[in-house]
Amino acid sequence: MQRIGVFVCHCGSNISATVDVEKVAQMSLLEPGVVHAEDYQYMCSEAGQARITEAVKEKKLTGIVVCSCSPRMHETTFRNAAERAGINPYMVEIANIREHCSWIHKNIEEGTEKAIILARAAIAKVTLNAPLKPGESRVTKRALVIGGGIAGIQTALDIAEAGYEVDIVEKTPSIGGRMSQLDKTFPTLDCSACILTPKMVEASAHDKINIYTYSEVDQVSGFVGDFTVDIRKKARSINMDKCTGCGVCSEKCPSKKISSEFNRGLGKRSAVYTPFAQAIPNVPVIDRENCIKFKTGKCGICEKVCQAGAVDYTQEDEIITEKYGAIVVATGFDTIKLDDFDEYAYNQSKDVITSLELERVMNAAGPTKGHLERLSDGKAPKNMVFIQCVGSRDVTCRGKVYCSKICCMYTAKHAMLIRDKYPDVNVTVFYIDVRTPGKNFDEFYRRAVEEYGVNYVKGQVGKVAPQANGQLLVQAVDLLDNKQILMEADMVVLATAIEPEAGVRKIATMLTASIDTNNFLTEAHPKLRPVESPTAGVFLSGVCQGPKDIPETVAQAGSAAVKAIGLLAKEKLMTNPCTAKSDELLCNGCSTCANVCPYGAITYEDREVNDHGIREVRRIAVVNNALCQGCGACTVTCPSGAMDLQGFSNRQIIAEVDAICR
Amino acid sequence: MKYSYYPGCTLKTKAKDLDTYARISAKALGFELEEIEEWQCCGGVYPLGTDEIASKLSSVRALNDAKEKEQDLVTLCSACHHVIKRVNDDMKNVGDIRTRANNYMQLEEPYAGETTVLHFLEILRDRIGFDVLKKKVVNPLKGRAIGAYYGCLLLRPSEVLAFDNPENPTIIEDFIRAIGGTPVIYPYRNECCGGYISLKEPQAAQNMTDRIMDSAASFGADSLITACPLCLYNLNMSKSGSKLPVQYFTELLAEALGLIDKNEEVQAS
Repeated sequence: MQRIGVFVCHCGSNISATVDVEKVAQMSLLEPGVVHAEDYQYMCSEAGQARITEAVKEKKLTGIVVCSCSPRMHETTFRNAAERAGINPYMVEIANIREHCSWIHKNIEEGTEKAIILARAAIAKVTLNAPLKPGESRVTKRALVIGGGIAGIQTALDIAEAGYEVDIVEKTPSIGGRMSQLDKTFPTLDCSACILTPKMVEASAHDKINIYTYSEVDQVSGFVGDFTVDIRKKARSINMDKCTGCGVCSEKCPSKKISSEFNRGLGKRSAVYTPFAQAIPNVPVIDRENCIKFKTGKCGICEKVCQAGAVDYTQEDEIITEKYGAIVVATGFDTIKLDDFDEYAYNQSKDVITSLELERVMNAAGPTKGHLERLSDGKAPKNMVFIQCVGSRDVTCRGKVYCSKICCMYTAKHAMLIRDKYPDVNVTVFYIDVRTPGKNFDEFYRRAVEEYGVNYVKGQVGKVAPQANGQLLVQAVDLLDNKQILMEADMVVLATAIEPEAGVRKIATMLTASIDTNNFLTEAHPKLRPVESPTAGVFLSGVCQGPKDIPETVAQAGSAAVKAIGLLAKEKLMTNPCTAKSDELLCNGCSTCANVCPYGAITYEDREVNDHGIREVRRIAVVNNALCQGCGACTVTCPSGAMDLQGFSNRQIIAEVDAICR
Repeated sequence: MKYSYYPGCTLKTKAKDLDTYARISAKALGFELEEIEEWQCCGGVYPLGTDEIASKLSSVRALNDAKEKEQDLVTLCSACHHVIKRVNDDMKNVGDIRTRANNYMQLEEPYAGETTVLHFLEILRDRIGFDVLKKKVVNPLKGRAIGAYYGCLLLRPSEVLAFDNPENPTIIEDFIRAIGGTPVIYPYRNECCGGYISLKEPQAAQNMTDRIMDSAASFGADSLITACPLCLYNLNMSKSGSKLPVQYFTELLAEALGLIDKNEEVQAS
């Protein structure tokens, strides 16, 4: 018979406000096997843990039930305490009376009753617990970074500097990401390229960093410390070893009218192209959908003009399989589509542009060579209107409910830069709130207003009406003045909401990493583990986790790198012993379990068994403990009841249910 | 094909054109508008009060009448369409309103939003098809630069009316193309005409209609068409220097189908 101790936590007033914790302890003492029960203000504190270890020694406890917060929060804490007290850490069960009880109940009687029931279930389970011993698995000393923007580059550099190999997988032809499209950066107004390109060069020159551009992650298997990843290197149609980056192919390519992704559709590129002059690698790509050679079989001019003989129309996609210990997701963002925001006439007028498009317009290498001009007629604007929160903080289901966080600052930046370079241009900004927390951020916004005379108007714009004379009529409201505004503008710039890059959901699915309804990857803990995914070995860097600016992205990128380095530095990892186990006497070799196993952990062996004196060779399911993640899919699908999950056996679960229903 | 038809009060008085031309055009296009017996005024304005049931009942009666005949319910006036479509949505999706309205109605079988409500334009677009309509046009309105004026009631709230993109609608432009005219797209085609404010604050409404007129004229429209009697009234009150003639869309439809002369005989007889 087990000797069980029950420890009920007040969690300050988090639990004790809606649960009578003393009563929970008292009632637990009535359960069979319970020889000790007590309550304490903070069970997770050093003093609380000491109470547990003392009780184990004094009362010779063999099993522990802690009634506290979610096991995701402190299961490890209490397991460690048990181990220090000399009992197997898997003899600890957590009854979650906070998230599952006190936080969701208002009535103390109901809360107490439910807490008692939850404690009873945990006691019933721990009675059937058996000591478990974790196994060990190896750590592949190599990291994968998905996404080659500033987040991915910084993470890769930091990991590489610590001495580990890093691969960057970037889907576009060059690393650099969104930051490479920006003109200037806030709050210092330094040129984006000037601070980014040295990092791009550093990453590409680093002997520990290997960059796969024009490549995507195709498949991921394995687990923390030992992932196996298939990387699809898309056919570039240019031999990277031979190409000298001279650019003659792009120059001579007759198919020149393709909308340039890098210039956000405002400029044109050829079918064989490098996205921008400072691209890394400086090797073009043939866009096969638009290439005349691939469409009609005729042309082949690039091959003829290439002195290096690098053009190769026969190239095919290549799959590279590599092993990694850690994976960092740094997939970044895009601006939302504005098809549902026709009140701003984005699709109706060329002079209504997004802020990211304005970055290209203001950039010396952009479609207008850096001259501020209307895209409809090339004329210099006299009046410019900026509209903030286009699709951000939007509860109409057309946009995003969240704040995109970067728009207030970049709009202030745009307004200031325009007033500085073109002092005769009037700039008006319409806003809901101006949100500029951050070091030197509010000072920056105030400079825009006070020194550069940008006209900030609190109020939303209801309509941007293109006029017959080519002007835009902006219809808005000034909430502070309580006046309707009708204002003529030559250009309107929309601070468009940002959203995670489109492919991120697919990547999250491959990694079994959780993702929220807005397609942002979820952290393991929103405050205490902000750069880790709940999936072990997967880390988050940059906007894929939530909107953030460059300084924050770089900080998070470094933080994700530290977490990855901490993992890679380990020689071995302890594996979760709560894995599936097949009872060879019950298994009939039907393969149902292997078909549902998401980790490929189940194989079959022909094994001799002794079934009540009958010795015969049977086909039996065998679980690879290193691969099994303990999800339990096999145990519920097994028709003969042969599969069981250690630590969560069918008997234990039924005992819990029985205890709840008693 | 037979549809239940809810004309509404204005179509029997000030907006007879909207009604008459629709009926003869429907006949020419091979469908029939069967007027609901003893229909009552829709109220003109959708009552936003959640406890306001009585003023929704006339809509429910019309909807239930169509349901019993197993017909779709067709409207023409934007205001009637707006009210009936929103009440239908309430009867389908708002349990409290459905229960209370049915308590009043004492129907053999409670009404729960079963009827499909269609605007005449939706029949042209979704049931007849603008491509088919185009083939039936005998008198295409060549050289006519026509501005569609939608107003707000047909388009909003868009999730209930489900009529067209509220910020950039196209159905009336497509209609104009089908009858051989040239649609003039101008940004104020979906802005409010002022509605009933024209009674209390005529100047405010006039500012709004002037803006609409000026905008349409500046983009080269030579006339406007609408589906709403109140919009037509307000637009006609405009004092804009660039004031354009405003007609109901059904009149142009009848003209394009070559029915206008016949219609005069119909009216005379």
